[in-house]
Amino acid sequence: MSGQQVIDVQGLGYQYGTRVALRDISFQIQPGEVFAFLGPNGSGKTTLFRVLSTLLPLQQGTVQVLGNCLLEEPDLIRRQLGVVFQAPSLDRKLTVAENIRCQAALYGLSGNRLADRQQEVLEQLGLADRVEERVETLSGGLKRRVELAKSLVHYPQLLLLDEPSTGLDPAARSDLWNYLRFLQGEYGLTVVMTTHLLEEGDRADRIGILHRGDLVAIDRPATLRSELGGDQITIRCQQPQQLADQIENRFDVIPHLVDGCLRLPESAERGLWELVKTEFGEQIDSMTWGKPTLEDVFIHKTGHQFATALVADEDAL
Amino acid sequence: MNEVTSEPTAAPPLRVRPWLVVYVLSRREFVRFFRQFNRVVGAIGTPLLFWLLFGAGLHQSFQVVAEDGPQFREYFFPGTLVLILMFTAIFASISIIEDRREGFLQSVLVSPVPPWAMVLGKILGATLIAWIQVSCCLVLVLMLDVDVSWLRVLGMIGVLFLGALTLSSIGFVMAWNMESVQGFHAIMNLVLMPMWLLSGAFFPVPALASAGTGQQVLHWVMRCNPLTYVVAPLHELLNGPLGGNYWFPSLTTSLPLILFFLVLAFTLACRVSRRRMQGDLL
Repeated sequence: MSGQQVIDVQGLGYQYGTRVALRDISFQIQPGEVFAFLGPNGSGKTTLFRVLSTLLPLQQGTVQVLGNCLLEEPDLIRRQLGVVFQAPSLDRKLTVAENIRCQAALYGLSGNRLADRQQEVLEQLGLADRVEERVETLSGGLKRRVELAKSLVHYPQLLLLDEPSTGLDPAARSDLWNYLRFLQGEYGLTVVMTTHLLEEGDRADRIGILHRGDLVAIDRPATLRSELGGDQITIRCQQPQQLADQIENRFDVIPHLVDGCLRLPESAERGLWELVKTEFGEQIDSMTWGKPTLEDVFIHKTGHQFATALVADEDAL
Repeated sequence: MNEVTSEPTAAPPLRVRPWLVVYVLSRREFVRFFRQFNRVVGAIGTPLLFWLLFGAGLHQSFQVVAEDGPQFREYFFPGTLVLILMFTAIFASISIIEDRREGFLQSVLVSPVPPWAMVLGKILGATLIAWIQVSCCLVLVLMLDVDVSWLRVLGMIGVLFLGALTLSSIGFVMAWNMESVQGFHAIMNLVLMPMWLLSGAFFPVPALASAGTGQQVLHWVMRCNPLTYVVAPLHELLNGPLGGNYWFPSLTTSLPLILFFLVLAFTLACRVSRRRMQGDLL
């Protein structure tokens, strides 16, 4: 493996016709990390996932996965990848065991070795008593587990998951995360996922924030939050631009105008909360104060709120 | 999910085994087919109904070859077998569209499996389903007014296998480029049914010498049709060579041509399988 990276991407770009999906993206992912690409729909997460999983051809840039060049040795990469797609990839007419056997055969696994591995993976995922049930009779959460079991049966070194929590209730989501942490701790498996859920970004070791095809930030969630300084004040009012100018002139601080709201960093020394309330209270509809979240990081990096970026990007598609 | 404490498992070296993939994928086609009983009924029932209705209804109206030639029911029987093959093999190929829509195909596309193994697995599955069904239907030979040896019946089974492989390969090529089952049905009606009608299944290929312009065009269209070379050897094995003023390819002409069309269709199937469709990106 070149260096220590499991994934090394330099200058990756991808276009669907004239629409740019990824623009000059570079990053590295270390062994044993749980890494999440966070972004609203249309930000380029799934395109990145498709390129890394070899489903889409490389158009621009270089990608090394597990020490192999994606362009020259895709089959060497494929052998070591476990892939969980956002859309189900199970054969609903087959049983759980038949689905697993089918997947294992694609990687050359059969016989006693497969039987042992199948038993191990299904027990870990709590599916041991469901092996002979047809997939079409399982609940959404159980199907997701079968997908995971399928992706792990051939001993992958890197697990790629595209929006794995889609359609899962909070309890099932929590189970999923526990299991990913188990795989990381027990086997040193590297996990790379995409997600549009901020809370999932918070659970990852490191995150990469994608916005309209650009990788706008990459670091530990806590580090990204700490870059924002202290707490954040959000102000809703009728004339946000006018109030922003007034606050800037009066207190020498530049508020960010985000989707009709003003956001400004607070600190104990400044006491902006009291000052703004006293000076401009009559113009303000509501004020909230909170610790910086990944949404604040997203706003800081992109100038958009996460939820509205999601809607806008969906409209753009 | 259960927390199971186990020793870290060292990944054993795995080597891709294409023939294991072919076996597993074709077996999967088989299992899926027989778990959908309506497909079994549809694939056998429709052509048999055709045969019974056309055979009974038209045998008074058609004098196919000569006074001493086969009756229409006997003449039409090889065509019925090919129709069963076509219905089953082609409909089994539709599973490509389902695999894509249901996401199963994605798993195969990101695996290290060589494309030919995936294609052969799908085609062989469809072929075996069609071949076994049509071979079972051969028992109806006993109802015909023909004297045919077991050796000839075995020969027919062999020809039907080659025909099933060819039709499944053609079905794969067509289905790969389709995004919907509805689109496939449209192509089926536009291309495959005329292919069957113009294969000598329903009426013999007119001879070139005594034909007018229209008959000459019909002659060449039928002569270029791959299915003609599946129907003709079946006909020869069942009823003997077709007499009268018709063009009829012999066994020694037909078999190499079936193989030629088979290799052509399979090569095409391997080539198109490298093409990524929008539906592959779910």
